[in-house]
Amino acid sequence: MSHRLGTGGRLINRTRPLDFTFNGKTMRGYAGDTLASGLLGAGQVLVGRSFKYHRPRGIVASGAEEPNALVGLGEGQRFEPNQRVTTTELFSGLKAVSQNHWPSLEFDVGAINAKLWRFLPAGFYYKTFISPRPLWKHVYEPIIRKSAGLGKAPDAETRDIDRYEQLYAFCDVLIAGGGVAGIRAALDAAQAGKRVVLTEQTASFGGRAVVDGDDIDGQSADAWVDSQLAALKGMENVTVLPRTMVAGVHDHGYALAYERVADHQPGADKPRHRLWRIRAGQIVAATGAIERPLSFAGNDMPGVMLAAAIRDYAVNFGVAVGKTVAIVTNNDDAYRTALILNDLGVNIAAVIDARVEATGDLPAKARAAGIRVIEDAAVRYVEGGKSVTGVQLCRFNSDGGAVFETLACDALGMSGGWSPVVHLWSHCGGKLNWDEAGAFFRPDPNRPPLGHDGKGFVSCVGAANGELGNEDEAPMLPVWLMPAQASYELRAKAWLDPQNDVKVSDVQLAAREGYASVEHTKRYTTLGMATDQGKLSNINGLAILSDALGQPIPQTGTTTFRPPYTPISLGAITGEARGEIFQPLRKTPMHDWHEAKGAHWEPVGHWRRPYCYPKAGESHAEAVSREINQTRNAVGLLDATTLGKILVKGPDAGRFMDMLYTNMMSTLKVGKCRYGLMCNENGFLSDDGVVARLSEDSWLCHTTSGGADRIHAWMEDWLQCEWWDWKVHVVNLTEQFAQIAVVGPKARQVLEKLGGDIDLSADSFPFMDWKEGQLGGTAARIFRISFSGELSYEVAVPASQGLAFWEKLLAAGEEFGISAYGTEALHVMRAEKGFIMIGDETDGTVIPQDLGLNWAISKKKDDFLGKRGMEREAMVSPDRWKLVGLETLDGSVLADGALAPLPGKNANGQSETQGRVTSTYHSPTLGKGIAMGLVHNGPARMGEVIEFQAASGGTVSARIVDPCFYDKAGEKQNV
Amino acid sequence: MSDAVSALKGARASGMVDLADAGPTGMITLRGDHGLLGDSLSSVLGLSAPERRRVVTGEAGEVLWMSPDELLVVLPYDTAPDVAAALETALGDAFATVAVVSDARSVMHLSGAQTRDVLAKLMPVDFAGFELGELRRSRVAQVAAAVWRRSENDWALICFRSVGGYVFEALATVGKPGGEVGLYR
Repeated sequence: MSHRLGTGGRLINRTRPLDFTFNGKTMRGYAGDTLASGLLGAGQVLVGRSFKYHRPRGIVASGAEEPNALVGLGEGQRFEPNQRVTTTELFSGLKAVSQNHWPSLEFDVGAINAKLWRFLPAGFYYKTFISPRPLWKHVYEPIIRKSAGLGKAPDAETRDIDRYEQLYAFCDVLIAGGGVAGIRAALDAAQAGKRVVLTEQTASFGGRAVVDGDDIDGQSADAWVDSQLAALKGMENVTVLPRTMVAGVHDHGYALAYERVADHQPGADKPRHRLWRIRAGQIVAATGAIERPLSFAGNDMPGVMLAAAIRDYAVNFGVAVGKTVAIVTNNDDAYRTALILNDLGVNIAAVIDARVEATGDLPAKARAAGIRVIEDAAVRYVEGGKSVTGVQLCRFNSDGGAVFETLACDALGMSGGWSPVVHLWSHCGGKLNWDEAGAFFRPDPNRPPLGHDGKGFVSCVGAANGELGNEDEAPMLPVWLMPAQASYELRAKAWLDPQNDVKVSDVQLAAREGYASVEHTKRYTTLGMATDQGKLSNINGLAILSDALGQPIPQTGTTTFRPPYTPISLGAITGEARGEIFQPLRKTPMHDWHEAKGAHWEPVGHWRRPYCYPKAGESHAEAVSREINQTRNAVGLLDATTLGKILVKGPDAGRFMDMLYTNMMSTLKVGKCRYGLMCNENGFLSDDGVVARLSEDSWLCHTTSGGADRIHAWMEDWLQCEWWDWKVHVVNLTEQFAQIAVVGPKARQVLEKLGGDIDLSADSFPFMDWKEGQLGGTAARIFRISFSGELSYEVAVPASQGLAFWEKLLAAGEEFGISAYGTEALHVMRAEKGFIMIGDETDGTVIPQDLGLNWAISKKKDDFLGKRGMEREAMVSPDRWKLVGLETLDGSVLADGALAPLPGKNANGQSETQGRVTSTYHSPTLGKGIAMGLVHNGPARMGEVIEFQAASGGTVSARIVDPCFYDKAGEKQNV
Repeated sequence: MSDAVSALKGARASGMVDLADAGPTGMITLRGDHGLLGDSLSSVLGLSAPERRRVVTGEAGEVLWMSPDELLVVLPYDTAPDVAAALETALGDAFATVAVVSDARSVMHLSGAQTRDVLAKLMPVDFAGFELGELRRSRVAQVAAAVWRRSENDWALICFRSVGGYVFEALATVGKPGGEVGLYR
């Protein structure tokens, strides 16, 4: 059984005990522990159940590569599933629960799956999907959902209460990994004057060397790391980041590093995670190597661990994983574990070496220390259940039929050699070579990932570069299956990927079923999927696959290494963008007033515009009717600030305006306004609005609210890229002005009451004129334009005085019952007048001619944007759908977007149609439903009744009429 | 205009840095050849056109480099209309555009030794070697913004008026105590 040793543990502080709970049971660890060392120190070997068969599982590794020991961490607003105990720093009060067990970890009903393993082979899901299909939904899926899977999703009603952030950083050299190789690389770069960022994914630096007790430059590794790190921290050009993992390397030296700022201090007033978005000149992967498991029957049992992890627990945390530990290996390195444990007084049952002879320096030292070494041996089977009780030994070169000894032990260390961590090298396409001697893939220095200059921007150093072992070590023996000719029964119990329950037999089955590509085999068998992405299983799995396919390993290749290296939190990806600042909210100067008046908001781009202002007890429809009636009968106010306002100025501005708009703008007289249309090159209507000629060489273009930024960019695009020699400037003045529409028969009286130096009389200020001056003590520009059919002025004042001016208008209009109206009243009133709305009557496929706007298309101009597009065959076809008004015979409101069906099918087998509704409202002015729509050959069919789909099914009859329903002569706006 | 109200209405926040609404601020956009614009600035304000990504500062105000053919004059709010008129006159018939944009933007001041660290949480900008009088047009989180360094620890930031509240909240959020990073020392 695992236990805490009386002494040792270079990372823990025995004077600071920490209590934590696992499945509700209180346990004690020490400051400096990981949750893994805390659990093992407290004797907890069983930590979870496997994905598919619900087999008991224990901790295998000591770092990020851990496949098994995933727990649900925290509770409520801090609950997080699938947290690796090996990378979770222990803190007081930590609460962890094991996953994938039911009803309990100790007794799990799902473990019956393990007895059914013959029926859950590789590709089980795919095979089940195929037949019989009806069983999937009602039988298979509910059962699989109950029994498979890892952690639980957090309760949907909870919200993560921690904060997260990101940080943009820049450096010449980014080093991933704070072991000896990483520290050396950092020192070299820093001493050369480079800006350096050094990251280490754990809380402590030094990597393997400090555990293995290496000597560096005549000092102990610990002392060397401490002194070099202190030197680095003292340098101005160096940033040292513990608890920070380089998660991904992206093109052009962009890297994401994931800093776990406060995972170990929950509740601290700090961001929990910080995502570093780093632009680096060079990225150095000093990411070390990961030890490989060996594939033998029962290798997934709790207590079977990586040999190096066992010495990590002993040296770093003073934890022994068992009272009597056996080690099985194919290399010399694992002897270090035996030696270190032996020194600490842990009984070593034996080192089981697959090689015929163990002749290296380390085996010699082991023998000298009295440790038993069994050569040419293999683990045939691990005995035990929820923990190891012993191992059956057989000859390595056998089928496992003959057991020559059963060795009693309560933990088993395994070492199948080491694989360099080449992930960061590979993320952007760095290529690998197969190293025969070490049986691993290593970076090919001639084929690095390439930057903008065609040169490599990632390099690997140390173990990550395949610099493993040293000269005194005897060659390792590649071992992909133990024993070498293991029988089917043994192979079906030899796990390759314990997280996803993939065994040697599964990969062999996939190969027999025709899976030759390693990528396909991965998906089919689930080998190397999920949270650990096969850090332990990939090489072993593809070696088995290669063997089954009868081809060398490099020919099989690896699966693709993709970021992130290990999972990072969604919080870190989100950063600060949550709650109030999830997205920018654009506010007009009157925004707070609208809010105070209870506006029902409508999102318009990032703006919020009042849809209507419902009073207490009033429905939205009632509010809209009231606002319209007030405006049509007296006077109303609209916040029109969001409309785009773009200044176009210069000697060539008139020429430019004539190109932008379909109609003639260069002839507009100073002081006048004109409605204009803008099309894209295809002739499709893009935006509309009123243009005012400000001076001889300047025009002010009003755009739609949603079009302001887009049209400004469109103008700059043409000026910068196509007509770069034209003397025109454009300035986006959208936000400079608050713009307020004062609308209704009393509008003039309201403005006159404000007083000022502008003559507002009908004679001197006619429709479609603009003037500027003082109005109510505010500098104002007034446009006499109307989108409602009423007498109407749009007043632009400096934004900083918008609210004050708005309130002056409200005060002046009080005697007329003035009220604000929202976008819905605006829409209904414009529809009553038959005015089109970009985005309702247009959808990117509509040309102005479809909307009866031929009058706004100049025939005199040689060219304008969209002119040639409109002349194409399809655009001049008589079969186009064109704008008409629609009146239901029963006065009801047509459904928005409703189609007008016809009998028969088109070439695509779809029902034939002859039109669709583009705008539809209840008109309080007319007391009935009104609509506009695009109808096949519509304007020629006035008075005809056609059918439209009804929202409730069936159809509704509507008569084709003129789109203008109200004041066709325009008398009301012209008073 | 004494009744001018800035979008942020004098908002302030303190944390890793002090963040404050600069209040109503005069701003004039100039477009045209920088040599031409510089001459008019010199005659009207005694200022000159800045070099690329720099700010020229004088008693009358500041001139910000915005693009190869655009400058922004920052000056007291009330003086902007008259200065703009004077610049128009000085430019005469030359191909140039002058527009008062005092109300189109929010101006914020940030101060404190950690200002660069706070800005770096939202702006993809390398602040190492960012000199006094240097300016960068970039973005703050999801919207356009520009910053310039007025002294060792004093910075100014502009964004569009409608998103002033968003930018202020975003800066205040990432500038909360506990978020110290020590990136720029």
